[in-house]
Amino acid sequence: MGHTLAEKIIAVHLVDGEGNVASDNQIEVWPGDLVEVAVDVVLSNDITAPIAIREFEKLGVERVFDPNRVVMVADHFAPNKDIKSAEQCLTMRQFARVQGLPHHFDVGRMGIEHVLLPEQGLVVPGDIVVGADSHTCTYGALGAFATGMGSTDIAVAMATGRVWLRVPETIRIVYHGQLQPWVGGKDLILYTIGQIGVGGALYKAIEFAGPVVDGLSMAGRFTMANMAIEAGGKVGLFAVDDVTCAYVGGRASRPYRVYQMDADAAYAQVLEIDVSQIEPQVAFPHLPENVRPVSQAGDVRIDQAVIGSCTNGRLEDLRVAADVLRGRQVHSDVRCIIIPGSQQVYLDALREGLIEIFVEAGAAVSTPTCGPCLGGHMGVLAAGERAVSTTNRNFRGRMGHPESEVYLVGPAIAAASAVAGRIAGPEKMLL
Amino acid sequence: MRMAGTAWRYGDNVDTDVIIPARYLNVSTPEELARHCMEDVDPDFANAVQPGDIIVAGENFGCGSSREHAPLAIKGAGVACVVAKSFARIFYRNSINIGLPILECPEAVEETEEGDQLTVDLKAGTITNERTGRTYRTSPFPAFIMGIIQAGGLVPYTQRRIGGREII
Repeated sequence: MGHTLAEKIIAVHLVDGEGNVASDNQIEVWPGDLVEVAVDVVLSNDITAPIAIREFEKLGVERVFDPNRVVMVADHFAPNKDIKSAEQCLTMRQFARVQGLPHHFDVGRMGIEHVLLPEQGLVVPGDIVVGADSHTCTYGALGAFATGMGSTDIAVAMATGRVWLRVPETIRIVYHGQLQPWVGGKDLILYTIGQIGVGGALYKAIEFAGPVVDGLSMAGRFTMANMAIEAGGKVGLFAVDDVTCAYVGGRASRPYRVYQMDADAAYAQVLEIDVSQIEPQVAFPHLPENVRPVSQAGDVRIDQAVIGSCTNGRLEDLRVAADVLRGRQVHSDVRCIIIPGSQQVYLDALREGLIEIFVEAGAAVSTPTCGPCLGGHMGVLAAGERAVSTTNRNFRGRMGHPESEVYLVGPAIAAASAVAGRIAGPEKMLL
Repeated sequence: MRMAGTAWRYGDNVDTDVIIPARYLNVSTPEELARHCMEDVDPDFANAVQPGDIIVAGENFGCGSSREHAPLAIKGAGVACVVAKSFARIFYRNSINIGLPILECPEAVEETEEGDQLTVDLKAGTITNERTGRTYRTSPFPAFIMGIIQAGGLVPYTQRRIGGREII
């Protein structure tokens, strides 16, 4: 019997009793196996690194296992939103200096971590990546086994270069049919979470497959892999194809090998989704599974629209928003906040004229930050306020006051809603 | 490892944003985090919870963010143990790693009401509801995870392995 992509990647990272890494394909692993693996990249951010550093120091280890493989990004509460946040960023900065970490990204050179790492070529296909951030699963779009963990796991990984894993069962989701206008990766993943629920892939890997995802750009794939965690998934994987290789080529910081799932791999579940009838989706408060087609959203007045994040902060996302906002004005009752996902995305958007379109439309454009997504800064909501947002979570209190509401959408709906002052699709205003 | 306490009953999909809202993530000690534990769904919890109390919840407890601040806040509040129908996987790892006992037991959750007195025996893997008199058996942890629990968390477990030169 064959293997899933998750099993293939784990098998070549196994560590044996003597500490040797199995780099050939001879050893097999199966769902349920508890294994120890070598990791290629260990990631943390300004919120999770301080605890990881505290636990690392308790271990009594002097140096990280490999300074080139330990990545730290100041993105959540950076630029520093208050004194305590400044101290957290300082803790991380000092650790990075002492350890000589070349991949510590600070304000002015950073990006939202899951936009930044692929862009910088720090993650390559076939990698195992662990990050103290739940959206580390984003790199599954590159065919990397990438998963979120807590700070203590990351501390041990920084010290040893190893983690323990339970080999997950895999759910394969096959998308076919013809995409409707304005429907993108965000709508596909929201629709999928609506189908399987926020616990639908609990403890499992997801493989996204089929002709529709084969036709998606890397940006669309990153968006889908990013939200695997919102279905409880450990990782959301895509097969490596020409689109992946074109993206990784010229960026990759290391040579890589491509692994593919076997045709006779055993899946816990195979789901077929016909995308032809899928409209742009809206996830209503307070769970990402509460999705409705935009045509059935009803009359929902909004106070804020956020476009950005590790889910939808890439250049293609900003282009979609600009297509809607070009020559239009953000509604007088709405604050529209647009956040390019990295310095490079910002620069590219500037050079393409997108930033000018946003500012002329009456939107605020921010330096890269996770800020409003988790109610940190740069767009926190008051009691009773509502936001449409291209981010990934709409839990109670996620963007601010516990009595505020977040509606998750893709960039087209976010931009159209910003103009309309209520949740709206772009097709009417573009006619 | 035996513990006894009062049950705090919650539903499905209790996410890490309500266990500890992100606006408090600019601090990281269990004591500071505990003051705001469960604040957005249960404003009384942080003040009223007693050392040894037990959180009892539905499916997918701890879903969402990877923030270890969530189990740290619960542990800092003095909660002895969390019993749920199922746990989100990052929360599950984090709890084991920091030494917060967690147990999956759908039957016990179904039949527990807010305020019930529960007794948990981690080693035997049993939960007893003193109101109903019923005892529930939970599935045992794999030996390897039990090793982390018995060491007191992943850091002491790893210290021991490094000291014994087992992996490094």
